[in-house]
Amino acid sequence: MRYSLASLLANAVTGNRNWKPVWREPEPKAQYDVVIVGGGGHGLATAHYLAKQHGITKVAVVEKSYLGSGNVGRNTTIVRSNYLLPGNAPFYEWSMKLWEGLEQDLNYNAMVSQRGVLNAFHSDPQRDSYVRRGNAMRLNGIDAELLDREDVRKLVPFVDFDNARFPVRGGLFQARGGTVRHDAVAWGYARAADSRGVDIIQNCAATGFRIENGRVIGVETEKGFIGAKKVAVSVAGNSTRVAEMAGLRLPIESHAVQAFVTEGVKPLLDIVITFGAGHFYCSQSDKGGLVFGGDIEGYNSYAQRGNMPVIEDVAEGGMALMPVIGRLRILRSWGGLLDMTMDGSPIIDVTPVEGLYLNAGWCYGGFKATPAAGWCFAHLIATGEPHPYAAAYRLDRFAEGRVIDEKGMGAQPNLH
Amino acid sequence: MRIKCPYCGERALEEFTYSGDATVTRPGSLDASATDAWVDYVYFRDNPAGPHQEHWHHSAGCHSWLVVTRDTRTHEIIAVAFAREDI
Repeated sequence: MRYSLASLLANAVTGNRNWKPVWREPEPKAQYDVVIVGGGGHGLATAHYLAKQHGITKVAVVEKSYLGSGNVGRNTTIVRSNYLLPGNAPFYEWSMKLWEGLEQDLNYNAMVSQRGVLNAFHSDPQRDSYVRRGNAMRLNGIDAELLDREDVRKLVPFVDFDNARFPVRGGLFQARGGTVRHDAVAWGYARAADSRGVDIIQNCAATGFRIENGRVIGVETEKGFIGAKKVAVSVAGNSTRVAEMAGLRLPIESHAVQAFVTEGVKPLLDIVITFGAGHFYCSQSDKGGLVFGGDIEGYNSYAQRGNMPVIEDVAEGGMALMPVIGRLRILRSWGGLLDMTMDGSPIIDVTPVEGLYLNAGWCYGGFKATPAAGWCFAHLIATGEPHPYAAAYRLDRFAEGRVIDEKGMGAQPNLH
Repeated sequence: MRIKCPYCGERALEEFTYSGDATVTRPGSLDASATDAWVDYVYFRDNPAGPHQEHWHHSAGCHSWLVVTRDTRTHEIIAVAFAREDI
């Protein structure tokens, strides 16, 4: 317990000048057991679980910018585990369970809100496909509920049940899904890892790996060489660039995806809703803005922004699903970088370089996976064995023909 | 982003369809010995941050296949050429 009513009052009357930073800003030491490249949600979660679950505390996290500057602060904050395939379902459900206990684990308010995720369907065949997904989820012990029109009407009376092309006929509902305040996830994991002795080194980009006899012995950074017994790369968006420094080529392309927020309005939408006939998903933040997003831009990009065609597509999807938003003004839009693997599923694996571990390829689903990715990546680094929940996320699955095509598409519809 | 089609002139992005890295080459052989080359061709990419050669199809225009050189950091189009060499 760091904060109390007394500390709040004492700091309030002294002008809030005496709050202490919640994590240290250390200079890098010469040698660590594990250096994690990338201080995003996944890297920080990995550091936390390495320290907490495996007792490995001589750990440094090197981050090229400030914490929360990358994808962990750019996503649309949705968490869910409505996955179909055997390689995915147990992993994302474990992530959901870790979200449910996250605030107690970290002693940090991450605003975990299990408000429910509704995937609307618009036709009989789509209903069949959602029934199949819901049944697969229930077989895996994940909550799923098939809602008809009247059930949906009780949750979101304003969606377009009479749309000429895509009337809402019902939906698949996961009540345990919801949203989590994304920056607080980075801050919470950072504070928890730091308090166990992990050094978080910001504004310190990795510039290369030192490799001897096929084994990594450390990382070259902007603050000099840092020796390490093991190096873990967790830099989604830039995975291929960092892997290239170790001489590796990956089955990944970088793409941009956009997100948007409207002006704040009174409480309107108390669940997460997705459009089944296009790419649009939406939730309402506690400030009142509607946060929504859509599909990837569809061409390789390292620019953290997108272009007009996708904005139009997202707006059309939004208007088809919930015309009530038509007169809202969009306050901001922004973009993040995605590691698009060729089958749409991630990679948590060892690499051909001994001692170098890779967590990459999260496509559009990295945020919801943050706790389980950190948990499973830490397990792999600490024990050398893949965690059973992430055993399918192998780097060699493309050569072996064991792709996990949950959505049936990778970076482009013809790649999987 | 607007692409200057060598046949139609400068057109909006909506008219074009992306088809990925133009530098990968399809293996000539279907033998088992070419498996690694096929895996490379289908799945692995250089994914550069900077100038990137890529295929675009002018699908809502003249239906030409184009090789566009574009900076992936800024979306600046550096060069556009027909993918076919005989025109």
